[in-house]
Amino acid sequence: MSEAVAALEGQFRDLEQQREAASLGMWIFLMTELLLFGALFTAYAVYRFTYPQEFAAASRDLEAGLGAINTAVLICSSLGMALAVYGAQTGGRKRLLFGLALAIVLGTAFMVIKGVEYYHHFEHAEFPGLRFDYARPHAQATQVFFFLYFAMTGVHAIHLTIGIALVCVVLFKAWRRAYSPDYHTPVELSGLYWHFVDIVWIFLFPLLYLIDIHK
Amino acid sequence: MTTNVVETEQNYLNVSYGVRSWLLTTDHKRIALLYMASITLMFFVGGFMAVLMRLELVTPPGDLVTSATYNKLFTMHGIIMVFFFLIPSIPAVLGNFLLPMMIGAKDLAFPRLNLLSWYVYIVGSVFTFWIVIAGGVDTGWTFYTPFSTSSSNTHVIPMTLGIFTVGFSSILTGLNFIVTTHKMRAPGLTWFRLPLFVWAIYATSIIQVLATPVLAISLVLLAVERAFHVGIFDPKLGGDPLLFQHFFWFYSHPAVYIMILPGMGVVSELIPHLARKKIFGYNFVCFATLGIAFFGFLVWGHHMFVAGESVYAAMTFSILSYLVAVPSAIKVFNWTATLYKGSVSFATPMLYALGFIGLFTIGGLTGLFLAALGIDVHVHDTYFVIAHFHYIMVGGMVMAYFGGIHYWWPKMTGRLYPEGWAKLAALIVFVGFNLTFFPQFILGYMGMPRRYHAYAPEFQVLNVMSSAGASILAVGYLLPLVYLLWSLRYGREAGANPWGVKGLEWQTPSPPPPENFAVTPVVTEEPYNYPSAAPGVPSTLQEAEVV
Ligand SMILES: [Cu+2]
Repeated sequence: MSEAVAALEGQFRDLEQQREAASLGMWIFLMTELLLFGALFTAYAVYRFTYPQEFAAASRDLEAGLGAINTAVLICSSLGMALAVYGAQTGGRKRLLFGLALAIVLGTAFMVIKGVEYYHHFEHAEFPGLRFDYARPHAQATQVFFFLYFAMTGVHAIHLTIGIALVCVVLFKAWRRAYSPDYHTPVELSGLYWHFVDIVWIFLFPLLYLIDIHK
Repeated sequence: MTTNVVETEQNYLNVSYGVRSWLLTTDHKRIALLYMASITLMFFVGGFMAVLMRLELVTPPGDLVTSATYNKLFTMHGIIMVFFFLIPSIPAVLGNFLLPMMIGAKDLAFPRLNLLSWYVYIVGSVFTFWIVIAGGVDTGWTFYTPFSTSSSNTHVIPMTLGIFTVGFSSILTGLNFIVTTHKMRAPGLTWFRLPLFVWAIYATSIIQVLATPVLAISLVLLAVERAFHVGIFDPKLGGDPLLFQHFFWFYSHPAVYIMILPGMGVVSELIPHLARKKIFGYNFVCFATLGIAFFGFLVWGHHMFVAGESVYAAMTFSILSYLVAVPSAIKVFNWTATLYKGSVSFATPMLYALGFIGLFTIGGLTGLFLAALGIDVHVHDTYFVIAHFHYIMVGGMVMAYFGGIHYWWPKMTGRLYPEGWAKLAALIVFVGFNLTFFPQFILGYMGMPRRYHAYAPEFQVLNVMSSAGASILAVGYLLPLVYLLWSLRYGREAGANPWGVKGLEWQTPSPPPPENFAVTPVVTEEPYNYPSAAPGVPSTLQEAEVV
């Protein structure tokens, strides 16, 4: 495979070593990301423990319906990503291109729905820092809840945006036939990253939206 | 370029010339030198602030600078020295240069990422310079809330962004080193044949990758709270200021080990090689290194004994802090046992290594005072703490850094440094350091608080001693700058292995060729495998067939 040979960088013995190194690098990067979100989850745990009732009440102000739709959208986008990786491994060009495109479309849809939610919170004066109603009951604890909501979903959204940009590049290269069953590390690595961002949301959704849903 | 009559060997320094060839290099050896130049600049900027502080403290009243200026001086001194000098010092300079050579690789796993991390560092540094010029920050390097988010009217937000940025440089370097250690080792180089410096850099990298993101996100939260007047740490708005301290020290205690483990790694190289003896208890040193990295994550609460954490948390953190002393002590015993009956060379690097052992021991033992709940309440926020961590960071890490720079200077530059001058400088540093910081233990124990520009008259004698020591120390640091630069031009040619030691990095010419080794080496024995009797120096290198 000429593309594969061209892709070998000078510091490596062979493509196998290069692929293993890149993959380990991505896993370690995800560890870093885990700790980055870990601090936010810790802050969430601390304040939910401090203000249990207020957090439950504030959680009811989130639009669980839109959140649920977004969860489904993101899971489907991960399916697209998995299809793309499978396509790259087996040389299924159509599957590769379709999977990547699906991930981009659904990722963008997620961002749009998230934007709608943000806008609603802005309208309802639930956006600390820009527009927040400090006259409401338990304003302080509610403010902390919404601060955490925007911090956690905001950092997540930044990651997803980076993910979409990344997958666009991969899609472009896949279109130009840069990948083959012998060499498709970038597809696999962006897949890993995509699934990581997806999993973070899987935790965010119940923690933020579903605190008080059973009542 | 290659028209010389006498054909010179191609090495990483003469392979190409010009600013572009340096700024766009992906060679780990050149990037190491880029880092060395940048952190040297930061070291002297941070040092200059220390000089101003010591000048102020010569007399009891605050007469040289205002208290506001003094607050900014100790803040910027701390920020620059910690984030822009100590953290990148040994990993980014010596680690970058040596890691691939010690494991017989051509480069790090991700050379372009390596260059990127230097640029990220530069962006953070430019930010810092801008903030210094614009007026500085006065929160202390710890950025405690709510002062940093609602009271301070200095440039807190840009400074947190600068540290956020430089943190990513640290993360990327750590990631690169971990992958390199796992995947790029030469044939035959098993984990327990790795030089101890590699183990130290590996453990440090794990801390960098796992701890730094927590600081990064905490600083972002802090900046958002300050910029938009929303509450996450501010008690007025329902936040918890103690949470910030937890986050901050969750990074910054492990960061202490980012700042000492690489120093221990350097000393673990200098001692066996320059004593021509196998390291005593190789496995113990390995596991002590990993143990320090692991336990280092569990002790952050010892910074908050008087900040309002529960007494049970305080007791737990106190006991865990004592546990860290065990692997640290194991290392000190192993180094000492290695020296015993070795044929010890008292060259400059060894002087620094011996200085390290002594000063690190003092710093470590006084750390146990501070880990003890009762004593910490008494000496918290006094000069005792200042003296303690300067013994670790300056007496430990900076000594090790200087020792390492001298030891590997011939490899990096192909030139020998002037031994007489170097020994003199090492002596001056040792004397100056102790004169600067030992009186501070006494001052702290007597009750002089840290971070004030004025003090009670009875503290003056010890403060004058400390300031005098600082001026001696400054000479000790300036001397190497002069003679090392001098040696670049006038130093004697070093040859491949001027120390006559083992270790893969010495089995290739100095300065090394761009690809480090003409032929990928095959390793057949453990490191420091010196014959037990005499200073014989056989090679560890057997040449492999092809790449
Ligand atoms: Cu600590």
